[in-house]
Amino acid sequence: MTSPSPFPHRNLLGIAGLQPHEIMFLLDEADQWVAHNRAHRTSDHRLDGLTQINAFFENSTRTLLSFEIAGKRLGADVVNMQAATSSVKKGETLIDTALTLNAMRADVIVIRHGSSGAVRLIADKVDCPVLNAGDGTHEHPTQALLDALTIRRRIGHIAGIRVAICGDLLHSRVARSNIFALTALGAEVRVVAPSTLMPAAIDRMGVTAFTDMDTGIDGCDVVMMLRLQTERMEGGFIPSLREYHMLYGLTPERLKRANAEAFVMHPGPMNRGVEIDSSVADDPKRSAIPEQVEMGVAVRMACLDVLTRERRA
Amino acid sequence: MTSIAITGGTLVDASGERFGDLLITGDRIAAIGSFEIPATAEIIDATGLNVAPGLVDLGVFAVERAACATGGITRIALMPDQSPPLDDSGLVQRAALAAKPYLWVHPLAAATRDLAGIELAELAMMQKSGAKAVATGRTWIADSGTMRRVLSYAGSLGMTVIVHAEDGGLTGNAVATAGETATRHGFTAAPAIAEAMAIARDILLAEETGAAIHFRQVTTAAGFERIKRAKSRGAKVTCGVTPAHLLLSDIAVSDFRTFARLSPPLRSEDDRQATSTALADGTIDVLCSGHDPRGPEAKRLPFADAEPGMAGAETLLTLGLGLVRDELITLPRLMALLSDAPSRILGVDAGHLETGAPADLCLFDLNAPWQIRGSKFKSFAGNTPFDGLPVQGRAVRTIKGGRTIS
Repeated sequence: MTSPSPFPHRNLLGIAGLQPHEIMFLLDEADQWVAHNRAHRTSDHRLDGLTQINAFFENSTRTLLSFEIAGKRLGADVVNMQAATSSVKKGETLIDTALTLNAMRADVIVIRHGSSGAVRLIADKVDCPVLNAGDGTHEHPTQALLDALTIRRRIGHIAGIRVAICGDLLHSRVARSNIFALTALGAEVRVVAPSTLMPAAIDRMGVTAFTDMDTGIDGCDVVMMLRLQTERMEGGFIPSLREYHMLYGLTPERLKRANAEAFVMHPGPMNRGVEIDSSVADDPKRSAIPEQVEMGVAVRMACLDVLTRERRA
Repeated sequence: MTSIAITGGTLVDASGERFGDLLITGDRIAAIGSFEIPATAEIIDATGLNVAPGLVDLGVFAVERAACATGGITRIALMPDQSPPLDDSGLVQRAALAAKPYLWVHPLAAATRDLAGIELAELAMMQKSGAKAVATGRTWIADSGTMRRVLSYAGSLGMTVIVHAEDGGLTGNAVATAGETATRHGFTAAPAIAEAMAIARDILLAEETGAAIHFRQVTTAAGFERIKRAKSRGAKVTCGVTPAHLLLSDIAVSDFRTFARLSPPLRSEDDRQATSTALADGTIDVLCSGHDPRGPEAKRLPFADAEPGMAGAETLLTLGLGLVRDELITLPRLMALLSDAPSRILGVDAGHLETGAPADLCLFDLNAPWQIRGSKFKSFAGNTPFDGLPVQGRAVRTIKGGRTIS
């Protein structure tokens, strides 16, 4: 009799729906890849012969690169489809694209799309595992995993710590996935945003909402900043960038409200001088931002490995 | 002239239920109760069935006679959101003839040219061509001055103005109601108060102009509160709702189910319950299907990209009968909601079983069990949020103008 898989899901579409032990399992797997990557070892080869398609319907540089490096370090044949700039954007439906990808016999597909739920739609139509690399304002699960891994490696645990997620929560898939992940793992999560960028009923997701940043980050172990997504804002959610910076920008003075050992995270790309000051972002003692990028590759390697195990068996 | 005698059934309309036979001669009801059946009459044995007026579906978006016949619908009020929009008397005239002789189509005149919410359309010309009421279409008229002129002008013509009640400034490009479900799924969402905002303004304008106004779909507690107050003041205000908004909350859009993407969007459980209360206490006048079939090209998309709408004609009666079975309303009240009230709003002679009335009838079996399957719909699209639901009760024969159409 075989033991049940520690990660019984075919796809990784979001953090919602994962059990805490499943999240921890992915973090443990990713942890091993950190050491592997730091040792500059050559390709692991476990994905040799497998084709990984990165289908990005929305522009991305760092996430695409991270997935590409992760796949290549595992030995996969990685193909990037920058659909945001191709004819796929107009004319061909998402279902058509999914069927096309399926017909190409991909072994794992990584998808980023501008519409919430789009990745699930594709996942329902293809035979191989699908990884969500960000869908609309819904979820960005690997970002939440890399954030959790960064926190766990810095502090040693996640349960019981106090994390403030600050900024444009309304348009942030990173925030949603992080809320699901961190609350599942037992952290106390606060969300801080102007009332116009605070999603309705967010308190029902197990977080405490603050519109005052100083109060919100008071005594926090981690201050997680979000990018102000001006490109998603139609109709003026804030009066101006300088007013936003005055109320919600993370400055060295404001950071003093958090715990003395608190560190700062940001999913990038940053609007320097808007949500975060350069002096904070570049402070090696307080900023975990480069580490997040490093953890991103490890987490994505872990996810690609775990999701293709059944296929390789 | 041919006659049809319908015998052994239970007659039911808004006035109540009674046993009796019904005789049709030509396209009219010739007798009700006990009468001598002409020797040449075709006899329909309705034992075990209910005999009701044909359903009048107020505000549908597509003329689908087979779907209507299956659902017991004999008249539809066609929304002006057609291609091109019904803002011209010629288009109205053509639409009115679209399904003859199988289905009455009562076009609703576009309130403004091209439904753009700016210039008044030729309402009187369209009325002369067969438009029975005026409608703002899928959207709300943002300009209060324009809306006042629409109400004033339509009111002077004796036409009810049928409106979509959502403040467009609040809804924007929202695809869901603001709340936990929308937040968890990352949907662009609008607060439910958008509905009450629109209703409050339009009631004030309707009262000021003296026009009759019908809110096609009211779905929130705050909206009903305003309707109720206006009615108590004697304002000429009526409202409707669909079975979807009565039976489903926003939880139905979980897992990005585009079949549950509706306009207005499904509401919170509290608002859903308020809708049930408003149905039971008489605030709601009309139960309509919101029939707006959408093919896979419009629904097999990411949730936000999918078009709102559902195919509802074939499930309107059965879901209404479910409300009777749940003892939320009585059978005569259901008939008032499905045929009498919409007929009155349109100003058409229908919705009641009386000698001399049009022979538009729906014979239904209150107890027939079946399962809703969108794939088996007569409608060109089977996008129903009730797909797979086991139900009880369905139309078994639909008669329009003395002719069986299903």
